[in-house]
Amino acid sequence: MQKRLVLDQQQIGIILRRFCHQLIENHDNFENTVLLGLQPRGSILMDHLAPILEEISGVKVPFGYLDATFHRDDFRRRDFPLKANETKINFLVEGKKVILVDDVLYKGRSVRAAMDAMIAFGRPQKVELMVLVDRKLTRDYPIMPDYYGIRVNTLDSQYVVVEWANQGQTENAVWITEKVKS
Amino acid sequence: MSQLSTRHLLGIKNLTPEDIHLILETAANFKEVINRPIKKVPSLRDITIANVFFENSTRTRLSFELAEKRLSADVINFSSSNSSVKKGESLVDTVNNILSMKVDMVVMRHSSPGAPHFLSRNVNANIVNAGDGTHEHPTQALLDSFSIQEKLGDLAGKKVAIIGDILHSRVALSNIFCLKKLGAEVMVCGPITLLPKHIESLGVKVELDVKKALQWCDVANVLRIQLERQQIKYFPSLREYSLYYGINKKLLEQLDKEIVIMHPGPINRGVELASDVADSEHSIILEQVQNGVAVRMAVLYLLAGSRN
Repeated sequence: MQKRLVLDQQQIGIILRRFCHQLIENHDNFENTVLLGLQPRGSILMDHLAPILEEISGVKVPFGYLDATFHRDDFRRRDFPLKANETKINFLVEGKKVILVDDVLYKGRSVRAAMDAMIAFGRPQKVELMVLVDRKLTRDYPIMPDYYGIRVNTLDSQYVVVEWANQGQTENAVWITEKVKS
Repeated sequence: MSQLSTRHLLGIKNLTPEDIHLILETAANFKEVINRPIKKVPSLRDITIANVFFENSTRTRLSFELAEKRLSADVINFSSSNSSVKKGESLVDTVNNILSMKVDMVVMRHSSPGAPHFLSRNVNANIVNAGDGTHEHPTQALLDSFSIQEKLGDLAGKKVAIIGDILHSRVALSNIFCLKKLGAEVMVCGPITLLPKHIESLGVKVELDVKKALQWCDVANVLRIQLERQQIKYFPSLREYSLYYGINKKLLEQLDKEIVIMHPGPINRGVELASDVADSEHSIILEQVQNGVAVRMAVLYLLAGSRN
Protein backbone atom coordinates (compact mmCIF):
# COMPACT_ATOMS: atom_id res chain seq x y z
CA MET A 1 0.00 0.00 0.00
CA GLN A 2 1.32 3.42 -0.94
CA LYS A 3 1.88 5.72 1.99
CA ARG A 4 3.23 9.27 1.89
CA LEU A 5 4.40 11.22 4.92
CA VAL A 6 2.85 14.70 5.03
CA LEU A 7 3.85 15.92 8.49
CA ASP A 8 6.38 14.48 10.92
CA GLN A 9 6.68 14.81 14.69
CA GLN A 10 8.72 18.00 14.56
CA GLN A 11 6.45 19.71 12.02
CA ILE A 12 3.35 18.86 14.07
CA GLY A 13 5.05 20.35 17.15
CA ILE A 14 5.76 23.57 15.24
CA ILE A 15 2.17 23.74 13.97
CA LEU A 16 0.70 23.26 17.46
CA ARG A 17 2.81 26.16 18.78
CA ARG A 18 1.84 28.29 15.77
CA PHE A 19 -1.85 27.54 16.49
CA CYS A 20 -1.37 28.79 20.04
CA HIS A 21 0.20 32.06 18.91
CA GLN A 22 -2.55 32.59 16.33
CA LEU A 23 -5.16 32.03 19.02
CA ILE A 24 -3.46 34.47 21.40
CA GLU A 25 -3.38 37.03 18.59
CA ASN A 26 -7.12 36.68 17.93
CA HIS A 27 -8.45 35.98 21.41
CA ASP A 28 -6.24 38.18 23.60
CA ASN A 29 -6.67 36.92 27.18
CA PHE A 30 -9.27 34.22 26.32
CA GLU A 31 -11.77 35.86 28.66
CA ASN A 32 -14.77 34.65 26.70
CA THR A 33 -13.29 31.79 24.67
CA VAL A 34 -13.79 28.02 24.89
CA LEU A 35 -12.33 25.09 22.94
CA LEU A 36 -14.43 22.16 21.72
CA GLY A 37 -12.66 19.05 20.43
CA LEU A 38 -14.74 17.03 17.98
CA GLN A 39 -14.95 13.40 19.07
CA PRO A 40 -13.16 11.17 18.63
CA ARG A 41 -10.02 12.41 16.85
CA GLY A 42 -10.39 16.18 17.19
CA SER A 43 -10.35 15.65 20.95
CA ILE A 44 -6.92 14.01 20.73
CA LEU A 45 -5.59 17.04 18.86
CA MET A 46 -7.15 19.31 21.48
CA ASP A 47 -5.57 17.32 24.30
CA HIS A 48 -2.19 18.00 22.66
CA LEU A 49 -2.97 21.66 22.08
CA ALA A 50 -4.44 22.62 25.49
CA PRO A 51 -1.28 22.19 27.63
CA ILE A 52 0.89 24.07 25.10
CA LEU A 53 -1.68 26.88 24.99
CA GLU A 54 -1.66 27.09 28.78
CA GLU A 55 2.15 27.14 28.82
CA ILE A 56 2.45 29.91 26.22
CA SER A 57 -0.51 32.09 27.23
CA GLY A 58 -0.52 31.42 30.95
CA VAL A 59 -4.29 31.02 30.78
CA LYS A 60 -6.30 27.84 31.34
CA VAL A 61 -8.83 27.99 28.52
CA PRO A 62 -11.98 25.94 29.29
CA PHE A 63 -12.37 23.01 26.92
CA GLY A 64 -14.86 20.23 26.24
CA TYR A 65 -15.45 17.23 24.02
CA LEU A 66 -18.31 17.33 21.54
CA ASP A 67 -19.73 14.23 19.86
CA ALA A 68 -21.89 14.82 16.79
CA THR A 69 -22.83 11.20 16.00
CA PHE A 70 -26.55 11.71 16.66
CA HIS A 71 -26.57 14.83 14.45
CA ARG A 72 -24.92 13.32 11.38
CA ASP A 73 -26.77 13.41 8.06
CA ASP A 74 -25.68 9.93 6.92
CA PHE A 75 -27.81 7.98 9.43
CA ARG A 76 -29.54 5.06 7.65
CA ARG A 77 -27.27 5.68 4.65
CA ARG A 78 -24.54 3.54 6.16
CA ASP A 79 -24.73 -0.21 6.62
CA PHE A 80 -24.83 0.20 10.38
CA PRO A 81 -25.12 3.11 12.80
CA LEU A 82 -21.93 4.84 13.95
CA LYS A 83 -20.93 4.22 17.53
CA ALA A 84 -21.31 7.34 19.62
CA ASN A 85 -18.59 8.84 21.81
CA GLU A 86 -18.83 10.75 25.03
CA THR A 87 -19.86 14.41 25.00
CA LYS A 88 -18.32 16.19 27.95
CA ILE A 89 -19.03 19.91 28.14
CA ASN A 90 -19.27 21.42 31.63
CA PHE A 91 -20.22 24.90 30.48
CA LEU A 92 -22.79 26.60 28.28
CA VAL A 93 -21.52 28.05 25.01
CA GLU A 94 -24.14 30.84 25.24
CA GLY A 95 -22.45 34.12 24.27
CA LYS A 96 -19.00 32.46 24.05
CA LYS A 97 -16.41 32.45 21.28
CA VAL A 98 -16.10 28.78 20.40
CA ILE A 99 -13.12 27.23 18.64
CA LEU A 100 -14.01 23.85 17.13
CA VAL A 101 -10.94 21.62 16.88
CA ASP A 102 -10.71 18.65 14.50
CA ASP A 103 -7.86 16.71 12.95
CA VAL A 104 -8.87 16.51 9.28
CA LEU A 105 -11.36 18.65 7.33
CA TYR A 106 -12.68 16.64 4.39
CA LYS A 107 -16.31 16.94 3.21
CA GLY A 108 -17.33 19.41 5.91
CA ARG A 109 -20.24 17.20 6.97
CA SER A 110 -18.84 16.40 10.41
CA VAL A 111 -18.32 20.08 11.13
CA ARG A 112 -21.88 20.85 10.04
CA ALA A 113 -23.16 18.11 12.37
CA ALA A 114 -20.92 19.42 15.16
CA MET A 115 -22.31 22.93 14.84
CA ASP A 116 -25.79 21.43 15.02
CA ALA A 117 -24.84 19.48 18.16
CA MET A 118 -23.15 22.53 19.70
CA ILE A 119 -26.35 24.61 19.51
CA ALA A 120 -27.81 22.31 22.20
CA PHE A 121 -25.44 24.03 24.62
CA GLY A 122 -26.49 27.59 23.77
CA ARG A 123 -26.05 30.28 21.12
CA PRO A 124 -22.37 31.11 20.70
CA GLN A 125 -21.22 34.64 19.94
CA LYS A 126 -18.78 33.38 17.31
CA VAL A 127 -17.55 30.02 16.04
CA GLU A 128 -14.12 29.35 14.56
CA LEU A 129 -12.71 26.15 13.10
CA MET A 130 -9.21 24.81 13.63
CA VAL A 131 -7.95 21.74 11.77
CA LEU A 132 -4.56 20.10 11.50
CA VAL A 133 -5.08 19.01 7.89
CA ASP A 134 -7.33 20.76 5.37
CA ARG A 135 -8.11 18.53 2.38
CA LYS A 136 -8.84 21.18 -0.19
CA LEU A 137 -11.17 20.73 -3.19
CA THR A 138 -13.11 17.90 -1.50
CA ARG A 139 -15.79 19.92 0.32
CA ASP A 140 -19.53 19.08 0.09
CA TYR A 141 -20.53 22.03 2.31
CA PRO A 142 -19.37 25.66 2.27
CA ILE A 143 -17.11 25.26 5.30
CA MET A 144 -13.56 26.64 5.57
CA PRO A 145 -11.11 26.52 8.48
CA ASP A 146 -9.98 29.67 10.29
CA TYR A 147 -6.75 27.94 11.33
CA TYR A 148 -5.11 25.04 9.52
CA GLY A 149 -1.84 23.19 9.93
CA ILE A 150 -1.34 22.13 6.35
CA ARG A 151 -3.46 22.21 3.20
CA VAL A 152 -3.17 19.11 0.98
CA ASN A 153 -4.45 18.02 -2.41
CA THR A 154 -6.07 14.61 -2.13
CA LEU A 155 -8.36 12.31 -4.07
CA ASP A 156 -11.50 10.57 -2.80
CA SER A 157 -9.59 7.31 -3.21
CA GLN A 158 -7.16 8.41 -0.49
CA TYR A 159 -7.21 8.59 3.31
CA VAL A 160 -5.47 11.14 5.49
CA VAL A 161 -4.31 9.33 8.62
CA VAL A 162 -3.25 11.24 11.74
CA GLU A 163 -1.20 9.19 14.17
CA TRP A 164 -0.41 10.16 17.76
CA ALA A 165 2.39 8.77 19.89
CA ASN A 166 0.09 8.51 22.93
CA GLN A 167 -2.38 6.42 20.89
CA GLY A 168 -0.05 3.47 20.39
CA GLN A 169 2.09 4.90 17.56
CA THR A 170 5.83 5.47 17.69
CA GLU A 171 5.66 9.15 16.70
CA ASN A 172 3.15 11.88 15.87
CA ALA A 173 2.71 11.87 12.09
CA VAL A 174 0.27 12.59 9.25
CA TRP A 175 0.14 10.24 6.26
CA ILE A 176 -1.75 10.04 2.99
CA THR A 177 -2.63 6.47 2.06
CA GLU A 178 -4.60 4.79 -0.70
CA LYS A 179 -7.95 3.24 0.26
CA VAL A 180 -7.83 -0.53 -0.06
CA LYS A 181 -10.36 -1.67 -2.66
CA SER A 182 -12.57 -4.44 -1.32
CA MET B 1 -18.86 -3.42 15.80
CA SER B 2 -21.68 -0.99 16.32
CA GLN B 3 -24.52 -3.09 15.00
CA LEU B 4 -27.02 -5.32 16.78
CA SER B 5 -27.21 -8.96 15.70
CA THR B 6 -30.96 -8.62 15.15
CA ARG B 7 -33.33 -6.22 13.39
CA HIS B 8 -36.07 -6.65 15.99
CA LEU B 9 -36.00 -6.44 19.77
CA LEU B 10 -38.32 -9.31 20.63
CA GLY B 11 -36.72 -10.45 23.86
CA ILE B 12 -33.45 -10.60 25.74
CA LYS B 13 -33.24 -14.33 25.11
CA ASN B 14 -32.06 -13.89 21.51
CA LEU B 15 -29.62 -11.04 22.19
CA THR B 16 -25.89 -11.67 22.54
CA PRO B 17 -23.93 -10.21 25.48
CA GLU B 18 -22.24 -7.92 22.90
CA ASP B 19 -25.67 -6.63 21.82
CA ILE B 20 -26.55 -5.85 25.43
CA HIS B 21 -23.23 -4.06 26.05
CA LEU B 22 -23.70 -2.02 22.86
CA ILE B 23 -27.21 -0.96 23.93
CA LEU B 24 -26.04 0.00 27.43
CA GLU B 25 -23.05 1.97 26.09
CA THR B 26 -25.25 3.82 23.60
CA ALA B 27 -27.79 4.47 26.38
CA ALA B 28 -25.06 6.20 28.40
CA ASN B 29 -24.51 8.58 25.45
CA PHE B 30 -28.24 9.28 25.26
CA LYS B 31 -28.46 9.85 29.01
CA GLU B 32 -25.99 12.70 28.52
CA VAL B 33 -28.17 14.01 25.68
CA ILE B 34 -31.38 14.07 27.75
CA ASN B 35 -29.62 16.04 30.48
CA ARG B 36 -28.63 18.83 28.07
CA PRO B 37 -30.47 22.16 27.97
CA ILE B 38 -31.80 21.07 24.54
CA LYS B 39 -32.73 17.42 24.88
CA LYS B 40 -33.47 16.58 21.28
CA VAL B 41 -31.26 15.09 18.54
CA PRO B 42 -32.23 14.74 14.88
CA SER B 43 -31.10 11.11 14.34
CA LEU B 44 -34.52 9.57 13.51
CA ARG B 45 -36.08 12.54 11.75
CA ASP B 46 -37.04 10.53 8.65
CA ILE B 47 -38.47 7.61 10.64
CA THR B 48 -42.09 7.03 11.63
CA ILE B 49 -42.83 4.85 14.63
CA ALA B 50 -46.19 3.37 15.62
CA ASN B 51 -46.77 2.64 19.30
CA VAL B 52 -49.32 -0.16 19.22
CA PHE B 53 -50.61 -0.96 22.69
CA PHE B 54 -53.11 -3.80 23.05
CA GLU B 55 -52.70 -3.68 26.82
CA ASN B 56 -52.77 -0.83 29.35
CA SER B 57 -49.55 1.00 30.04
CA THR B 58 -48.58 4.38 31.42
CA ARG B 59 -44.86 4.38 32.07
CA THR B 60 -43.69 2.28 29.13
CA ARG B 61 -45.84 4.06 26.57
CA LEU B 62 -44.85 7.52 27.80
CA SER B 63 -41.22 6.47 27.99
CA PHE B 64 -41.21 5.11 24.44
CA GLU B 65 -43.04 8.15 23.13
CA LEU B 66 -40.63 10.52 24.82
CA ALA B 67 -37.64 8.51 23.54
CA GLU B 68 -39.04 8.65 20.00
CA LYS B 69 -39.70 12.39 20.20
CA ARG B 70 -36.24 13.10 21.65
CA LEU B 71 -34.85 11.30 18.58
CA SER B 72 -37.06 13.48 16.30
CA ALA B 73 -39.07 10.53 14.95
CA ASP B 74 -42.68 10.99 13.88
CA VAL B 75 -44.93 9.13 16.30
CA ILE B 76 -48.40 7.67 15.99
CA ASN B 77 -50.18 6.09 18.93
CA PHE B 78 -52.67 3.31 18.84
CA SER B 79 -54.49 1.64 21.68
CA SER B 80 -56.83 -1.26 21.22
CA SER B 81 -59.57 0.13 23.44
CA ASN B 82 -60.76 2.64 20.82
CA SER B 83 -59.90 0.86 17.57
CA SER B 84 -61.13 -1.59 14.96
CA VAL B 85 -59.73 -4.47 17.01
CA LYS B 86 -63.01 -4.24 18.87
CA LYS B 87 -64.72 -4.82 15.49
CA GLY B 88 -62.89 -8.11 14.97
CA GLU B 89 -59.79 -7.17 12.97
CA SER B 90 -56.82 -9.56 13.25
CA LEU B 91 -53.42 -8.50 14.61
CA VAL B 92 -51.61 -8.82 11.25
CA ASP B 93 -54.34 -6.88 9.45
CA THR B 94 -54.29 -4.10 12.03
CA VAL B 95 -50.51 -3.74 11.86
CA ASN B 96 -50.35 -4.04 8.06
CA ASN B 97 -52.91 -1.26 7.79
CA ILE B 98 -50.73 0.90 9.99
CA LEU B 99 -47.63 -0.03 7.97
CA SER B 100 -49.30 0.84 4.66
CA MET B 101 -49.20 4.42 5.90
CA LYS B 102 -45.39 4.14 5.59
CA VAL B 103 -44.45 3.35 9.16
CA ASP B 104 -40.88 2.12 9.70
CA MET B 105 -40.99 0.68 13.22
CA VAL B 106 -43.64 -0.80 15.49
CA VAL B 107 -43.42 -0.74 19.28
CA MET B 108 -45.96 -3.25 20.52
CA ARG B 109 -47.43 -4.37 23.82
CA HIS B 110 -49.77 -7.33 23.74
CA SER B 111 -51.31 -9.62 26.34
CA SER B 112 -50.42 -12.77 24.36
CA PRO B 113 -46.90 -14.16 24.82
CA GLY B 114 -45.15 -14.38 21.43
CA ALA B 115 -47.34 -11.78 19.69
CA PRO B 116 -44.33 -9.64 18.62
CA HIS B 117 -42.48 -12.74 17.37
CA PHE B 118 -45.51 -13.65 15.27
CA LEU B 119 -45.68 -10.10 13.94
CA SER B 120 -41.95 -10.01 13.07
CA ARG B 121 -42.46 -13.03 10.80
CA ASN B 122 -45.45 -11.51 9.04
CA VAL B 123 -44.76 -7.81 8.56
CA ASN B 124 -41.87 -5.84 7.14
CA ALA B 125 -40.89 -3.39 9.88
CA ASN B 126 -38.57 -3.33 12.88
CA ILE B 127 -40.56 -4.66 15.84
CA VAL B 128 -39.83 -3.67 19.44
CA ASN B 129 -41.49 -5.74 22.13
CA ALA B 130 -42.86 -3.46 24.86
CA GLY B 131 -44.15 -6.44 26.86
CA ASP B 132 -45.90 -9.58 25.65
CA GLY B 133 -48.13 -11.15 28.29
CA THR B 134 -46.15 -13.08 30.89
CA HIS B 135 -43.25 -13.65 28.49
CA GLU B 136 -40.69 -10.84 28.07
CA HIS B 137 -40.28 -7.10 28.60
CA PRO B 138 -36.82 -6.55 27.14
CA THR B 139 -36.46 -2.76 27.48
CA GLN B 140 -37.36 -2.98 31.18
CA ALA B 141 -34.59 -5.54 31.75
CA LEU B 142 -32.11 -3.40 29.82
CA LEU B 143 -32.95 -0.30 31.83
CA ASP B 144 -32.74 -2.30 35.07
CA SER B 145 -29.26 -3.54 34.15
CA PHE B 146 -28.27 -0.02 33.06
CA SER B 147 -29.46 1.37 36.42
CA ILE B 148 -27.57 -1.27 38.42
CA GLN B 149 -24.44 -0.71 36.36
CA GLU B 150 -24.70 3.03 36.90
CA LYS B 151 -25.02 2.56 40.66
CA LEU B 152 -22.64 -0.34 41.31
CA GLY B 153 -20.40 -0.65 38.24
CA ASP B 154 -19.87 -3.75 36.12
CA LEU B 155 -22.61 -6.36 36.64
CA ALA B 156 -20.29 -9.37 36.54
CA GLY B 157 -20.37 -11.07 39.95
CA LYS B 158 -23.11 -8.81 41.37
CA LYS B 159 -25.93 -10.52 43.25
CA VAL B 160 -29.46 -9.58 42.26
CA ALA B 161 -32.59 -10.90 43.97
CA ILE B 162 -35.91 -10.67 42.13
CA ILE B 163 -38.66 -10.73 44.73
CA GLY B 164 -42.41 -11.19 44.31
CA ASP B 165 -44.74 -12.54 41.65
CA ILE B 166 -42.21 -14.33 39.45
CA LEU B 167 -44.84 -16.56 37.83
CA HIS B 168 -46.72 -13.77 36.08
CA SER B 169 -43.80 -11.44 35.53
CA ARG B 170 -42.32 -10.72 32.11
CA VAL B 171 -39.95 -8.32 33.88
CA ALA B 172 -38.56 -11.22 35.92
CA LEU B 173 -37.90 -13.44 32.90
CA SER B 174 -36.25 -10.70 30.83
CA ASN B 175 -34.19 -9.64 33.85
CA ILE B 176 -33.00 -13.20 34.45
CA PHE B 177 -31.83 -13.52 30.82
CA CYS B 178 -30.19 -10.09 30.82
CA LEU B 179 -28.44 -10.36 34.18
CA LYS B 180 -27.15 -13.86 33.45
CA LYS B 181 -25.77 -12.74 30.07
CA LEU B 182 -23.93 -9.91 31.82
CA GLY B 183 -22.43 -12.30 34.38
CA ALA B 184 -24.51 -11.44 37.45
CA GLU B 185 -25.80 -14.00 39.96
CA VAL B 186 -29.59 -14.11 40.17
CA MET B 187 -31.94 -15.31 42.90
CA VAL B 188 -35.72 -15.43 42.71
CA CYS B 189 -37.76 -15.17 45.90
CA GLY B 190 -41.49 -15.35 46.51
CA PRO B 191 -44.27 -17.59 47.80
CA ILE B 192 -43.89 -21.10 46.35
CA THR B 193 -47.18 -20.67 44.46
CA LEU B 194 -45.78 -17.66 42.59
CA LEU B 195 -42.52 -19.33 41.51
CA PRO B 196 -42.65 -21.13 38.15
CA LYS B 197 -41.82 -24.85 38.18
CA HIS B 198 -38.25 -25.65 37.01
CA ILE B 199 -37.20 -21.99 37.26
CA GLU B 200 -33.81 -23.17 38.55
CA SER B 201 -33.13 -24.59 35.06
CA LEU B 202 -32.48 -20.96 34.00
CA GLY B 203 -29.49 -20.98 36.35
CA VAL B 204 -31.05 -18.99 39.18
CA LYS B 205 -31.12 -19.64 42.91
CA VAL B 206 -34.52 -20.09 44.54
CA GLU B 207 -35.32 -18.79 48.01
CA LEU B 208 -38.61 -18.70 49.90
CA ASP B 209 -37.46 -16.57 52.85
CA VAL B 210 -37.31 -12.89 51.91
CA LYS B 211 -34.92 -12.08 54.79
CA LYS B 212 -32.36 -14.58 53.51
CA ALA B 213 -32.75 -13.24 49.98
CA LEU B 214 -32.16 -9.66 51.12
CA GLN B 215 -29.14 -10.72 53.19
CA TRP B 216 -27.67 -12.47 50.14
CA CYS B 217 -28.13 -9.79 47.49
CA ASP B 218 -26.52 -6.49 46.47
CA VAL B 219 -29.67 -5.40 44.65
CA ALA B 220 -33.31 -6.31 45.30
CA ASN B 221 -35.64 -5.89 42.33
CA VAL B 222 -39.11 -5.96 43.86
CA LEU B 223 -42.06 -6.88 41.65
CA ARG B 224 -45.75 -6.08 41.84
CA ILE B 225 -48.34 -8.73 42.54
CA GLN B 226 -50.12 -8.94 39.18
CA LEU B 227 -53.68 -9.52 40.38
CA GLU B 228 -55.02 -8.86 36.87
CA ARG B 229 -53.24 -11.97 35.56
CA GLN B 230 -54.17 -14.22 38.48
CA GLN B 231 -57.21 -16.33 37.60
CA ILE B 232 -57.03 -18.30 40.86
CA LYS B 233 -55.92 -17.42 44.38
CA TYR B 234 -52.19 -17.97 44.87
CA PHE B 235 -52.06 -16.71 48.49
CA PRO B 236 -54.69 -16.09 51.17
CA SER B 237 -54.72 -12.28 51.17
CA LEU B 238 -52.69 -9.22 50.18
CA ARG B 239 -52.30 -8.48 53.89
CA GLU B 240 -50.71 -11.85 54.48
CA TYR B 241 -48.46 -11.46 51.42
CA SER B 242 -47.35 -8.08 52.71
CA LEU B 243 -46.65 -9.55 56.14
CA TYR B 244 -44.35 -12.25 54.76
CA TYR B 245 -42.93 -10.67 51.59
CA GLY B 246 -43.45 -6.92 51.99
CA ILE B 247 -40.18 -5.00 52.32
CA ASN B 248 -40.04 -2.25 54.92
CA LYS B 249 -37.39 -0.13 56.58
CA LYS B 250 -37.25 -2.34 59.68
CA LEU B 251 -36.38 -5.34 57.54
CA LEU B 252 -33.58 -3.45 55.76
CA GLU B 253 -32.15 -2.20 59.06
CA GLN B 254 -31.75 -5.78 60.24
CA LEU B 255 -29.31 -6.49 57.40
CA ASP B 256 -25.61 -6.09 58.03
CA LYS B 257 -25.13 -4.20 54.73
CA GLU B 258 -26.78 -1.66 52.49
CA ILE B 259 -28.62 -2.89 49.42
CA VAL B 260 -30.13 -1.14 46.41
CA ILE B 261 -33.92 -1.33 46.00
CA MET B 262 -35.50 -1.35 42.54
CA HIS B 263 -39.06 -1.64 41.30
CA PRO B 264 -40.31 -1.58 37.69
CA GLY B 265 -43.52 0.21 38.72
CA PRO B 266 -46.36 0.66 39.27
CA ILE B 267 -45.77 0.21 43.02
CA ASN B 268 -48.52 -1.05 45.26
CA ARG B 269 -47.37 0.89 48.31
CA GLY B 270 -47.80 -1.03 51.52
CA VAL B 271 -48.04 -4.38 49.70
CA GLU B 272 -44.66 -5.36 48.21
CA LEU B 273 -42.86 -2.18 49.23
CA ALA B 274 -43.45 0.18 52.16
CA SER B 275 -43.31 3.91 51.49
CA ASP B 276 -40.36 4.36 53.86
CA VAL B 277 -38.33 2.09 51.55
CA ALA B 278 -39.71 3.23 48.18
CA ASP B 279 -38.81 6.86 49.02
CA SER B 280 -35.55 6.11 50.85
CA GLU B 281 -31.99 6.73 49.69
CA HIS B 282 -31.66 2.98 48.98
CA SER B 283 -34.25 3.19 46.25
CA ILE B 284 -33.28 3.97 42.62
CA ILE B 285 -36.85 3.67 41.35
CA LEU B 286 -37.01 7.17 39.85
CA GLU B 287 -33.55 6.78 38.30
CA GLN B 288 -34.92 3.66 36.60
CA VAL B 289 -37.66 5.76 35.02
CA GLN B 290 -35.19 8.36 33.75
CA ASN B 291 -32.85 5.67 32.45
CA GLY B 292 -35.81 4.05 30.68
CA VAL B 293 -35.95 6.93 28.20
CA ALA B 294 -32.20 6.74 27.49
CA VAL B 295 -32.24 2.95 27.05
CA ARG B 296 -35.25 3.10 24.71
CA MET B 297 -33.55 5.84 22.68
CA ALA B 298 -30.53 3.54 22.33
CA VAL B 299 -32.66 0.58 21.22
CA LEU B 300 -34.58 2.62 18.63
CA TYR B 301 -31.41 4.31 17.36
CA LEU B 302 -29.55 1.02 16.92
CA LEU B 303 -32.48 -0.80 15.29
CA ALA B 304 -33.40 2.08 12.97
CA GLY B 305 -29.80 2.65 11.96
CA SER B 306 -29.21 -0.58 10.09
CA ARG B 307 -30.09 -0.41 6.45
CA ASN B 308 -32.69 -3.08 5.76
